[in-house]
Parts: sequence; structure tokens; C-alpha cells
Amino acid sequence: MLFTSYGFIGFAAILFLLYYLVPKKCQWPLLLAASYLFYFFAGPEYLLYIMTTTVSVWLTGRAIQARGEKTAAYVKECGKTLTREEKKAWKEKGKRRQRRLLVLCLLLNLGILAVVKYAAFAIANANALLGAVGLERRLDVPDFVLPLGISFYTFQALGYLIDVYRGTVPAEKNLFRLGLFVSFFPQLIQGPISRFGDLGKSLYEEHPFHARTVALGLERILWGYFKKLVIADRILTAVNAIIREPEIHSGAWVLVGMLFYALELYADFTGGIDITIGIGQALGITVKENFIRPYFSKSIKEYWRRWHISMGTWFTDYIFYPISVSKPMLKLSKWSRAHLGETVGKRIPVYLSSFAVWAATGIWHGASWNFIVWGLGNWVVIMVSQELGPLYGFLRGRFPKAEGRLWFRAFQVIRTVLLMSCLRMFDCYRNVPLTFRMFGTMFTEFNWSILWDGSLLGLGLTAVDYGVLVLGLALLFAVSMVQRRGSVRERIAAYPYPVRAILWYGLFLIVLLAGAYGNGYDASQFIYNQF
Amino acid sequence: MERKVREMEELLEILEDLHPEVDFTTCDRLIDDKILDSFDIVSVIAEINERFDVAITAEKITPENFNSAKALYALIQKLEDGE
Repeated sequence: MLFTSYGFIGFAAILFLLYYLVPKKCQWPLLLAASYLFYFFAGPEYLLYIMTTTVSVWLTGRAIQARGEKTAAYVKECGKTLTREEKKAWKEKGKRRQRRLLVLCLLLNLGILAVVKYAAFAIANANALLGAVGLERRLDVPDFVLPLGISFYTFQALGYLIDVYRGTVPAEKNLFRLGLFVSFFPQLIQGPISRFGDLGKSLYEEHPFHARTVALGLERILWGYFKKLVIADRILTAVNAIIREPEIHSGAWVLVGMLFYALELYADFTGGIDITIGIGQALGITVKENFIRPYFSKSIKEYWRRWHISMGTWFTDYIFYPISVSKPMLKLSKWSRAHLGETVGKRIPVYLSSFAVWAATGIWHGASWNFIVWGLGNWVVIMVSQELGPLYGFLRGRFPKAEGRLWFRAFQVIRTVLLMSCLRMFDCYRNVPLTFRMFGTMFTEFNWSILWDGSLLGLGLTAVDYGVLVLGLALLFAVSMVQRRGSVRERIAAYPYPVRAILWYGLFLIVLLAGAYGNGYDASQFIYNQF
Repeated sequence: MERKVREMEELLEILEDLHPEVDFTTCDRLIDDKILDSFDIVSVIAEINERFDVAITAEKITPENFNSAKALYALIQKLEDGE
């Protein structure tokens, strides 16, 4: 059920009515039922996967907590008779058992993800390898259907489990409450990847009807539809026309495709998240922000702190830190300091751990080489900019006035957008050699006249479409600028009712009239649904 | 007491090496204001491990422990005491 389908709008409207009609204590069970119904519509066979994850994570969380409590109780009870070393040994023993439980559950759930998402990719590569070494034997490539949102809900559930292991959150006693956290339908298909400590706070509370909160939520939903239907789905036509015919659309076309895709992806993904957060807000539930105007970032590192925030923090907290401060890594760091010098030794933990994170980020996005190369491309750019730090410092000292100037900030922002757009070409073409080839044509083919000779009208968009896009993007830009000084919706809420009504109906009409529907358009999937 | 002062000075030295422009004796929003990023944190932990011989594990990487040099030193002391 797509967010943009009539079915989904009907589903959400009925749920919304029931949610505020049923007794307050029935609100979260209703949400659980609705989430499972939503998942059932996606494919009844997928339910088994999400239920396996939920039950295994719930049982393990409970067992980890029980083990921790048992150890603490024993140490407390025998506190006077045990020496300090004995107490430490008991605690370590308890922690080891907890870790064993955690690792088993991680293996089970990551194993499921690996089989359904990556088995075909791994076997196809193994077959290619067999062919390369001259063997005729080939393995059968399995054809699993990827359960909806498996990458998102698996990571969300495992994040909860690691938090229980770390003692950051208590294990949830009620299986059904944890079931809702894992399956909460608005964020099931494209995130954000919420933390139990954040989402759990408002998910199970009783929510009386607050007109203002509901209105703010509905506004956010409408804004999400505007981004998705008016901007993203309109540009999609042109992006597809460019990338599906690489032989025709090379040179300057590649640059156009790159920039169009940057706009499409932003409008599509942030629009989807606006709808998710808006549905949450209309139900009284706080879903954390996943974007903070990422295209205003001045460096790639900053960009990744502002784009798909929940994924970035997940990888940092649960992969980057555990690897980089692990005992083997610290030993390696010590060894390399002693044998390779301070300069190299210091860099080892950061370089290796971030390599692992970016390889994982790449493969998380999809089981194909283009995503892995995309992830590692990000790693290379971040490491290069890290190494250029002293040079930047020198230049800042040499030209101290440039830092605060508008032109310099604009230069940094444009540089970041262009770098990110270049890397995303791997995502566009989904073929590594082709991406490199197309990138090269930007410097070898000088067909820049396509930008003004009317060729852009051959991409499936009319002059009116371009007009709508320019106006839509101008509105998006203006809203982003205002957002820097605080919430736009809060500002609107302070206006008199007639002004608010004009703005609401105006935006509604824009979505209705200027949304990309009908012949030539296909209400498309959100890009992140496929991850 | 003398040991504490010496260790604190050593910690300040580690932090100032990374960000000479920051006054670590007063700043108490190192994480909240994004002065220390994840790369800095890992570098600091490796240095602490090298000089103080204590291992800061991933679960200890929280804003509360890293927002100020004082909080970070309190964490080091806790780990030195074996807590």
C-alpha cells in the first residue's frame, strides 16, 4: 500500500477516526492491529519474517535483562563476603553470558536479512568467480522476495536489543508493545530507524484529541505529498529518460541527470519522512526528525549528520564505535604507533572502522556493487577531506575574512551538493563501469547547448511542467530558508484562521492540481521503499 | 590530589591537540555543540587508552561522558577504580 495510493489515504483516515473514538488505553493495541493489517496488505507471507524478528528480539531482551539482574542480585547479596576482584569477575561472567545471547540473536536476524537480501548477490558473484577460474559448475541463484521494510525494521529491532544489552533502555515486558515498536506502520517502509528510548516514550501513551497537534500533523502530511507528487514524481520522468538511454544522453545530459536526481531524491525521501512524521504527530506520537536541510551542508561530514540522520547515528553507535574502540582495534593502534609511527598509528582505528561503516552503509542500501562502490566513494571523500584538514586550517588562517562571507559559504554548499550528486550516479545507473563511463563523458562531450536549445523538452516534461517545478522548488527553498529560524508550521499556527485556511486549501489545491498524476505519470514507489 | 591535577592536564593536552581553538577547561557542550565529532571521540579514546591504560567501551560513549573534559576525566577515574 503506497503512501500515495487512495487505499492508504482511506486506511489512514479510518484509523485516525477510530484512534480518537476508542478508549485511550486501546489506542496502542489499535495501532498494532493497524500496523499488522498494513503489513498484511503488503504480503501476508511477510508477516512470518517480522514476527520472527519481534519474538526473537523480545525473548533475548528479556533474557539479557534477567541475566543482568541475577548477577547484580548475587553481587549485592554476597557483597560483604566477596573481594573486589571476585565481584569484578562475577560481573564480567554475567556480561559474557549477556553478550552470548546478544550475538546469537544478532546472528539470527542478520542471517535472515543476509539470506533474503544478499544470498542471490553472493551466489551470482560466486558463479562469476567460478567462471573466471575456468570452472563450469554454477550454483543456483535463489529468488527470494524481499519482505517490505526488512532492512528498516531489522535495524530498529536490533538497535533496541543492543540498547537493552548496554543498559540504556529496560527490556520491554510486553511482547505486543515491542511488536508495535518494530512494526509501527508509518515508518515501516522507509524509516526513520527509531530508537526505543525516543519513540517508546510517546508510542504507548494515551493521546487525547488536540486540534492544534492534529492540524500540525496534517499540515506536515500535506507538505510531504507536495514534495512527493508535485516535485519528485514530476522530475522522475526526466531522470528516467536520461538514465535509461545512456547512449543518447551523455555529456551535459549526465550533469542534468545528476542534478535532477539530487532534487528528486531529496523531495521523494524527505517528502516520505514528512508524511511519516506528520501521521505520527496527528496521532500524538513523536517521530524524530530524519533530515535537517542537508543540502545547506558545507562539508560531506556535515551532510551525513543532516541527511537520513537515524541511519547515520545507527551505524555510528552500533558499528563505528564498537569496532573503533574494541580491544583488538586499540591493540592494533598501539602496535601501529610503535612500529609505523604516531601519524599512521593514530589514524588506524578511524580509517578501518569508517571503512567498515561505509561498506556496510553501501550494502545496506542494496545487494549490488554499485551501492558498495557508492558507500566506499563516500569513505574516500570523507577521508580525503579529513586529511586536507591542515590545509583548510592554513587557508583559513591566510584568508580569515573569507570564512564568514556569503560567497564562500555558497561555494562550500555547492561543492558539497556536487560531490554528493557525483557519488549518487552509482545509484542512478546501477552499473559501476557505466557510471564511470558516463561521468567521463561530462568532460569529453561538449553538448552544453542542450541546456538552452529546447532539448530539455524532449525528456517527457512540457514547458508547463518545468514552470511548475521551478515554482515548486522556489517554494521548497523559501520554506527551508525560513525553517532556519524555527518551525514554519508554528509560525503559520500563529496567523488568524482565515490566513491559515487560505494557506491550507492553497497547498491542498496545488497538490491536487499540480501533482504528477494521470497519463504519462505513474504514482511511483518511494525510492527508499526498495531498501 | 597531585596525581589528579597531572592527569587532568594530560587529558586537556590530548583534547587541545585535536582542537587548539577550544577552551576545554570551561566548555561543557563538546558533543551538544558538535565540537567533537565521532572521529575525534575515537582518537581521544585511543589516546586515553595509550596514556591512562583504561578502555572506554562503546556504551560509555554518551554526551554526558563526553560533553566536557571534567566529565570525561570523571569517567576515566571511574574506570581506573574498576567500576
